[in-house]
Parts: sequence; structure tokens; C-alpha cells
Amino acid sequence: MAHVAFFVIAAIAVVSALGLILRPNAIHGALFLVVNLGSVAALYLMLGAEFLAAAQVIVYAGAIMVLFVFAIMVLIPGKEESGPDPRRSARVIAVPVGGLLLLLLIFVVIGRWSVPRGPVGPSGSADALGRLLFTSYLFPFELTSVLLLAAMVGVLLLARRRPG
Amino acid sequence: MVPESYYVTLSAILFSIGVVGVVIRRNPLVIFMSIELMLNAANLALVAFGQRFGNLDGQAVVFFVMAVAAAEVAVGLAIIVTIFRVRRRLSVDDLSLMRW
Repeated sequence: MAHVAFFVIAAIAVVSALGLILRPNAIHGALFLVVNLGSVAALYLMLGAEFLAAAQVIVYAGAIMVLFVFAIMVLIPGKEESGPDPRRSARVIAVPVGGLLLLLLIFVVIGRWSVPRGPVGPSGSADALGRLLFTSYLFPFELTSVLLLAAMVGVLLLARRRPG
Repeated sequence: MVPESYYVTLSAILFSIGVVGVVIRRNPLVIFMSIELMLNAANLALVAFGQRFGNLDGQAVVFFVMAVAAAEVAVGLAIIVTIFRVRRRLSVDDLSLMRW
């Protein structure tokens, strides 16, 4: 049963990822990416990472994708890729190289799969993960807040309309 | 119980699709979305390995990756909007200003 669910969700994830990179329209790509992020959230649930599944839907599929859709609508880049590609021959090479990378990754990860199985750990509930974040990972956690503040100030500076 | 190696294989597939997307597309917004795809694939591998080892450290790292990705998207989109405002075009082939 779990296998069937995994393969269905994995197929949805792969097809939506292919849709993202193959559809010429950027807004279609954004919607495919939402589907992909949702299916990855479902896989998080299957792996027992409940908090991350919720965070994935809220932060990625919610906040980040809204930002993307806004940017696409502001810039309207729909017709930019319609003309002939001046570097088509160089770009076509990307497909076999990507396939080679995939084979290499699968060879390294699966061909030498000798990861020891640990004990059955705690589930990824908000309780357990929150305790970990505020004890062992307290300093990186605080650094993250500084990073987000810096990003916010930087975006305000970049997107400001310059006088004159 | 689905073996963790299945999740890691799926993560490798999604990552490779993201790499191909970065190279074959000309629209910087789609390239950016492909980068998000790659970040997500790496997150999936981290969660799968954390499950395998039986601790939560992998999930803590994924939490930080999400926060950094949010900051990265905000800054990156601001840069793209600024470039569009100056150039009125949006194709990565035009952006050779910093090429040596």
C-alpha cells in the first residue's frame, strides 16, 4: 500500500518537474512547481516529517510561489522565449549531460548503498523538532533571523525606485 | 515501509531535471524555479537520510534550507525586477555585463 502511494506521488513529482522545464509559458511552470512542492510535502508526511510537510506547504507552496507569480505577472515574460534560440546547439547538449549526471548520482547513491540503519528515531513533530532547534541548533536558528532581516533590507534597497 | 533508497533515487531524478532546466531555459524566472526544484530535491534526500539514521538532525537542516531559500528568492526576484526595469528585456543571453 505504501509502495503504491509512493510511486503515484513520485510520478506526479517527476511529471510536474518535467512540465516546469518544458512548458514555454512561465506561469504554467509556476503552477507545475506548486504541484511538485505539494507532492514533496506528501513524501515528507510518508517519511514521518509532519512539521516539515506543513512548513513546505506554508513557506514554499504558499509564500515563495506567491512571490514568483507576482514577479511573473509584473514582468510578463511570456513572449521572451518564442523567438529562435541563438544557442540551440549548445543547449541541446544539456539533455544528455543531465542524463549522465542522473546516472552518476544513482550509481553513487544506490550502487554503494551501505548506509547503516539507525534506531527508530522520534517522529518529526513540531514538538520534537522545536526542542532540537532551540537546543542544539540555537545559534544557527538565531543566525537565520539575521539573514532574513538582511534579505529584507537588501530587497527594499534593490526594488526602490531611484529618484530621477 | 518504502525503503529510503527509493526516496534518494527520486531526489536524484528531480535534481537532474532541475539541472537540465537551468541550462536549457532562457527565462531567468524559470531558471530560478528550477533552482528551487533542486533545493527541494536536496531537502528530500536530507529527510530520507535522517529517517534512515533515526534522528532529527536532517530535518533541522531542511528547516534552515527553507529559511535560506526564502531569503534567496526574495533577493533574486528583486534583482531580476531591477534588471528588467533597466533593460526592458528578460533573457539570460543579454546579461553578459559581468563577463570577463
